Amino acid sequence: MSIDMAQFHQVFFEESFEGLDAMETGLLNLDEGDIDAINTIFRAAHSIKGGSGTFGFTSVSDFTHVMETLLDEMRDGSRPVTQSAVDVLLGSVDCLREMLTAIRDQQNLDTESVAAHQQALQREFESGGSVSPRSDDTGVEGNAVAEQASEVEGWRIAFSPHTDLLRTGNDPVRMFRELAELGDIEATVDFQGVPDIHDLDPEECHLSWQLSVNGDIPRAEIDEIFAWVEDECDLAIQASLGGVTEHNEAPQATQNETGDRFSAPRQVQAPVKTGTNDSTKPADSSPAKPKDAKKEASKSTQKGSSSIRVDTAKIDTLINMVGELVITQSMLSLIGEHFEVNKLDQLKNGLSQLERHTRELQESVMNIRMLPISFVFSRFPRLVHDLSAKLGKKIELKLVGEQTEVDKTVVELLSDPLVHLVRNSLDHGIEMPEERRAAGKPEIGTVVLEAYHRGGNIVIEVVDDGRGLDKDKLRAKAIEKGLIEEDAILNDKQTYELIFMPGFSTAAQLTDVSGRGVGMDVVRKNIQALGGNIELVSELGKGSTISIHLPLTLAILDGQSVAVGEERFIVPLGSIVESMNIGEDRVNSVAGKGETFRLRNEYLPIVRMHEIFNVESARATQLSEGLLVVVEGQGVKCGLFVDDLLGQQQVVIKSLEANYRRIEGVSGATILGDGSVALILDIPGLVRLSNQ
Amino acid sequence: MATILSVDDSASMRQMVSFTLKGAGHTVVEAVDGVDALNKAKAQKFDCVVTDVNMPNKDGIALIKDLRALPAYKFTPLLMLTTESGTDKKQLGKAAGATGWIVKPFNPDQLLKTIKKVIG
Repeated sequence: MSIDMAQFHQVFFEESFEGLDAMETGLLNLDEGDIDAINTIFRAAHSIKGGSGTFGFTSVSDFTHVMETLLDEMRDGSRPVTQSAVDVLLGSVDCLREMLTAIRDQQNLDTESVAAHQQALQREFESGGSVSPRSDDTGVEGNAVAEQASEVEGWRIAFSPHTDLLRTGNDPVRMFRELAELGDIEATVDFQGVPDIHDLDPEECHLSWQLSVNGDIPRAEIDEIFAWVEDECDLAIQASLGGVTEHNEAPQATQNETGDRFSAPRQVQAPVKTGTNDSTKPADSSPAKPKDAKKEASKSTQKGSSSIRVDTAKIDTLINMVGELVITQSMLSLIGEHFEVNKLDQLKNGLSQLERHTRELQESVMNIRMLPISFVFSRFPRLVHDLSAKLGKKIELKLVGEQTEVDKTVVELLSDPLVHLVRNSLDHGIEMPEERRAAGKPEIGTVVLEAYHRGGNIVIEVVDDGRGLDKDKLRAKAIEKGLIEEDAILNDKQTYELIFMPGFSTAAQLTDVSGRGVGMDVVRKNIQALGGNIELVSELGKGSTISIHLPLTLAILDGQSVAVGEERFIVPLGSIVESMNIGEDRVNSVAGKGETFRLRNEYLPIVRMHEIFNVESARATQLSEGLLVVVEGQGVKCGLFVDDLLGQQQVVIKSLEANYRRIEGVSGATILGDGSVALILDIPGLVRLSNQ
Repeated sequence: MATILSVDDSASMRQMVSFTLKGAGHTVVEAVDGVDALNKAKAQKFDCVVTDVNMPNKDGIALIKDLRALPAYKFTPLLMLTTESGTDKKQLGKAAGATGWIVKPFNPDQLLKTIKKVIG
């Protein structure tokens, strides 16, 4: 039977990478002597080894072999869990990741680095623990008995199973049948052990056999048949030379009549009637050559193919929803076929049902793309482990809400900004142990990475209990850099906002940890590109909290549609503060700086939508004729002047960039119910526009 | 043809085992660990169970022990998938009531040959 093993490769790679992540997480937790962690790590290594062996990636299975043995010893307690072992194992995880990636993408592998890791493992192995490495015990398995004499003409086998042989699911009949496939067999049964009928337990085996099988049969094949029952029987195998062997009649074969009558039938008959050689030869078991397997791999693996593993429960819901939808559709078409006015209510009901089901279906479909944020969080324990060692700080990382689900795209794009924020917290936030002690804080600093849902958003927070931000220093720095005027009046929020300005850095000196030329301004830009925003709150000496708010999915948005003449625009609901009628009396015109209006104690710029987007059909040109929608983006507010507010609705976002080109102040477009296109406003972009 | 329960926490192994067995005409049900397997085995009678040893929640050896204790599985062939280094595991498995083992890594032919051996 030839099976294209390459078809299993993708799943193998996926689960191996997952396994490696699990190993990494487990290894980072090992310091606490967590036995569950050891088990998890061992299982992952074991699976990767088994899979890579089976699918023909021998370099990987060789590599994992030593790891597995090492872990096995840690698991059974014969080897202590040392920091050096953990470090070597962590290094091996990295190395395996590279190996698997190289194989998957058919890239060349850095063999020197692999060899170095392998040596490090071997050294670690030899340094501790009690047992010497089992180099390769595959050979011991079947070939142990290689004393095969070529002139053997058959084998004589004395086989007396222990009484409980049947209880392991083994069956002598099957074994005899196998024997018969090797050559002619003859069998004599010995009833001697069969007890009296009153004592007979039909589940026990009391018979024993003298078997002879003739033919040029390798001993290994005989051994294989009996391999599973070795310990459940008395077995003697002898080579018979020169023709048919004399087999000893069992002396008291028929002595026990009850045995003859009651326990013989099946067991005895089956072997005796065998003996033909025409039954199928054992299947040719030449294993697939690794070389071939690799060639197959190269055929099937596509680079960058992205797949997603979905919980079957989610798919069930989806199928269920589609079913409901089909039912509703058939109901509606029935009403439509013979429509009469008195069926109007029915039609309305049907339509509202359709609406509900469509919405539920939409939610279920979106759900498929949702991944727990642990996909992003999981890399942080390692990052914190390595970084804190490098910085000489003691830091504990807590992950909260890892199961919170976010759209796959968000997950992918969130990773880099978060890494930057966590690095910042470790580098600038958390103090050195002595400094913390002096400040009366515990030596070990804490960084919390938390995710939770709020409204239609996901909030991700990076909280540290470090030194916090010094507002005076921030201010001084901003003045020094010419970012603000010396006499500028800033509230707390505005002061913290400074760190998001381009070219701002508070670090006394750049370290190689966080001074990589990526500033908080870039982080903010990336978050905003995802339709989210980022905020910072800090208390000197106590720590800082950075919150990122992101839409759950990038594909659908809760929007408020507004009218400007004939045009419709969508304002993201989350950015709307309030909407109001204003009179001219609250408006100031500042030459060259446009108009502002006073909202309580703030002066907000007015963005006249019909002017920015050149809408000639605009109804309201006087401020008193229209509405002002106050929106906030990047911590800055402004008022959008529009004709009217229309309904709130969820809109499906279509990329304008992909279909047309990028337009300042617009983040995308959507198609409305009547088929027309509405632009979705990019509030931070509009605020920028209005400032120009 | 037989109805076989394939138990492994590794999806690729499960896929391969079930693909191979289905190709030979058997009906295969998959389970992701010992707990899942035990539930499935209670719900439906299988002619043979092929289980991995190292699994979360309930490992293969505990599964075999539990299955063997069920009247329906008293004489059912229960095979474990072990690696070459798991000699002690084989003993534990036998003690728990395993019929035999298949040594990993194996290829589809070896698997079919072993299954043929127990499904007579």
